[in-house]
Amino acid sequence: MAILNEDQVMLRDMAREWADNEAPVTAFRTLRNAGSPAGYDAAQWQAQAEMGWAGIVVPEAHGGAGMGYLSLGLVLEALGRNLGASPLAATAAATSALVLGGSDAQQAEWLPRIASGEIVATLAIDEGPIFAPEAIATRAADGKLSGTKRFVAEGDTAQLFIVAAADGLYLVRGDEGVARMHRAMVDHRSHADIVFEAAPADRLAGGGDGLLAQVADRAAAATAAEMLGLAEAAFEMTNDYLKTRVQFGQKLSSFQALQHRMAAWFTELQLMRSAVEGALEAIDAGRSDIDQAVSLAKAIASDTLHLSSREIVQLHGGIGMTDDHDAGFYLKRARVLETMWGNAAYHRERFARLNGY
Amino acid sequence: MATVVEPEIDALERFRAEARAWLAEHFPTALKGKDNALSALEGPTEQSPDEAAWQRAMGEKGWGVPTWPREYGGGGLSRAEARVLQEEMQRIGAWNPIGGMGVMMFGPTLLEYGSEEQKREHIPAIAKGEVRWCQGYSEPNAGSDLANLQAFAADAGDHYIVNGQKTWTSGGQWADKCFCLVRTDKTKKHEGISFVLIDMHAPGVEVRPIKLISGSSPFCETFFTDVKVPKADRVGAEGQGWTIGKRLLEHERSNLSGAGGGASRLFAGKPLGQMAKEYRGTDDRGRIADSDLRMRIVRHEMDLRAFALTLRRSALEAKSNQGPSAAASIMKNVGARITQTRAELAVETMGMQGLGWEGEGFSEAEIDQTRTWLWGKAVSIYGGSSEIQNNVIAKRILGMLDHQ
Ligand SMILES: Cc1cc2nc3c(=O)[nH]c(=O)nc-3n(C[C@H](O)[C@H](O)[C@H](O)COP(=O)(O)OP(=O)(O)OC[C@H]3O[C@@H](n4cnc5c(N)ncnc54)[C@H](O)[C@@H]3O)c2cc1C
Repeated sequence: MAILNEDQVMLRDMAREWADNEAPVTAFRTLRNAGSPAGYDAAQWQAQAEMGWAGIVVPEAHGGAGMGYLSLGLVLEALGRNLGASPLAATAAATSALVLGGSDAQQAEWLPRIASGEIVATLAIDEGPIFAPEAIATRAADGKLSGTKRFVAEGDTAQLFIVAAADGLYLVRGDEGVARMHRAMVDHRSHADIVFEAAPADRLAGGGDGLLAQVADRAAAATAAEMLGLAEAAFEMTNDYLKTRVQFGQKLSSFQALQHRMAAWFTELQLMRSAVEGALEAIDAGRSDIDQAVSLAKAIASDTLHLSSREIVQLHGGIGMTDDHDAGFYLKRARVLETMWGNAAYHRERFARLNGY
Repeated sequence: MATVVEPEIDALERFRAEARAWLAEHFPTALKGKDNALSALEGPTEQSPDEAAWQRAMGEKGWGVPTWPREYGGGGLSRAEARVLQEEMQRIGAWNPIGGMGVMMFGPTLLEYGSEEQKREHIPAIAKGEVRWCQGYSEPNAGSDLANLQAFAADAGDHYIVNGQKTWTSGGQWADKCFCLVRTDKTKKHEGISFVLIDMHAPGVEVRPIKLISGSSPFCETFFTDVKVPKADRVGAEGQGWTIGKRLLEHERSNLSGAGGGASRLFAGKPLGQMAKEYRGTDDRGRIADSDLRMRIVRHEMDLRAFALTLRRSALEAKSNQGPSAAASIMKNVGARITQTRAELAVETMGMQGLGWEGEGFSEAEIDQTRTWLWGKAVSIYGGSSEIQNNVIAKRILGMLDHQ
């Protein structure tokens, strides 16, 4: 566990407690069963905003807490543990674009509204089913942006889009020139296709050439933190189950074959936590190797969550295959998070490139 | 089972010509390549007239169960002839319309252990695909530890009165019959188990479908309340059920491993390499653009080929030997691994497009792939989980000690 300051310890404990009491997995199940395309509960989002989470990475000058990414990660991890359905990750990703690339006026207009939870914002990069920030056809000219973005997280409800066009990032409001198509995905979260047709757009002029990459790195690191929560919860649920389920007259946890499986899994989780926290800390410290740290984190997080999501189903046996059990929810959310902002293969490739392999 | 003498090469070629002609006459070309990988697992769908005709033709010919004896409605073919038949079907995009647990598990077991009356009663109907069977083994507290089952069959003279609960009964809601392990003696563990056939339409049988993570509901909780089962429907002697039940599990394993075409049906669909090129594009040398994914697909393909070679080798080695053996555990585990890896790679290849649940924006093939991936998580659990197979390998093949 990273060394946390007092505020962070408080934040972590509060987030854990809130997630366990107010947003357990049953809350996600209820939401799933209700089948609303929004993918989150508005009242819960308000509660999260009131606790200051929407403003964690918003600077204090604009009404946020300016606490940084390790802090954001603590909250996303806590939510991820219980499969919390919150627009926080998407909103934070869009926030990072405004903070890194927005003008004073743009920041002053949008950041306070984000910090207060008044609006949900999101990042729209991909134009196909695979993360490909280098292949963008969306164009903007004369303050109008046109193009189609796919699988935009929270795209069904977002009121502010940060859209990647060929010449940089643009800020687009969610109304004029914006058409949304809901996609029903395995994780039952919101991933909409968005068609922008001459939508009024403001360029984010700051941040330089690498703005898109910097923003995507922050989105990936935050997602990795959510993944850490899922992986650890999957492990704990399984560990608890093995300690209660009796077969052959013994607790399953007494079988050495399973003990070693759990030990190996637990070991991977340690590497995952270090890699994820390492990336978040690199961002907070403004280090020059953020890109490497993020690729390391997302690749390892993806592999370890992949393992975790397979093991939770397998080690629960038949019951893990049923919709009534939560294991399948972890499996399904896992694959989507693995795919977002570059999967393990993408980040291994990038890591290789950055290191001259 | 009667041993069938393997025919000479010439005779095999004559058989090939015969099979080819028969298939040309009976396989409706409209059905070419239309086999649905999940249909065997996810239950019956409405049959088109073509499908019904194809099933009838194969059923009457006995070629749905090509190696079963002709006197009970099988094809009476040798293994070599059955392989030729398989090749000829593949050549024209035809498939076997007769399947299910009756074919994969119950039939072969009954042929070995059933009485003459039982074989005459049940085997021809299985061979024609007319009667659906389900497997009543697992209970809430008897999964991997199957011998712990508690469903009880009380002796009532010429029949038993069965009470108890089964769970994970695949296809229970559309099955006509259930081959079932029940306890006839509470004082013994393995020796107190009997193998009985239960009519799923009998009074006192109740099934409740359970929804799976893939969204379908192919399996059930099955409840027996004072169900009357004639003793004539017990296979083998009272208390011999464990031996028979285990034999059936060996058939299940070897089928699930792909040896009998079970798991291999999950491989249906486009080759991964082709899919990857479509979804990921190619590099300037025409290779799959994502080099990491490319190497993992290659590793999987090599695994698959080594598996196929091993299946062939063990089939040759087992020729003298009858039926499946402990090696089925090895093959089931490798088959499960390959099935799951394939599905994971397919989903990964498609990116977000491979994670659709329903509705607009996803093709039918994409949704099928997603569901196959989720469904496929079961292949390492049912029929004895991978962990249990490893225990079997360690104990029975490697001679290692039982864990105390
Ligand atoms: C899709 C599906 C279809 C099925 N269809 C049928 C059916 O038609 N009829 C039927 O009777 N049953 C069916 N089953 C049930 C299946 O056979 C059981 O789920 C299986 O035997 C595992 O039992 P369990 O679910 O109780 O898991 P458990 O026995 O509780 O096992 C939980 C985990 O512990 C592991 N484990 C258990 N014991 C040991 C040990 N000694 N050493 C190491 N690891 C161990 C298991 O491998 C598993 O990973 C089906 C199951 C599924 C998922």
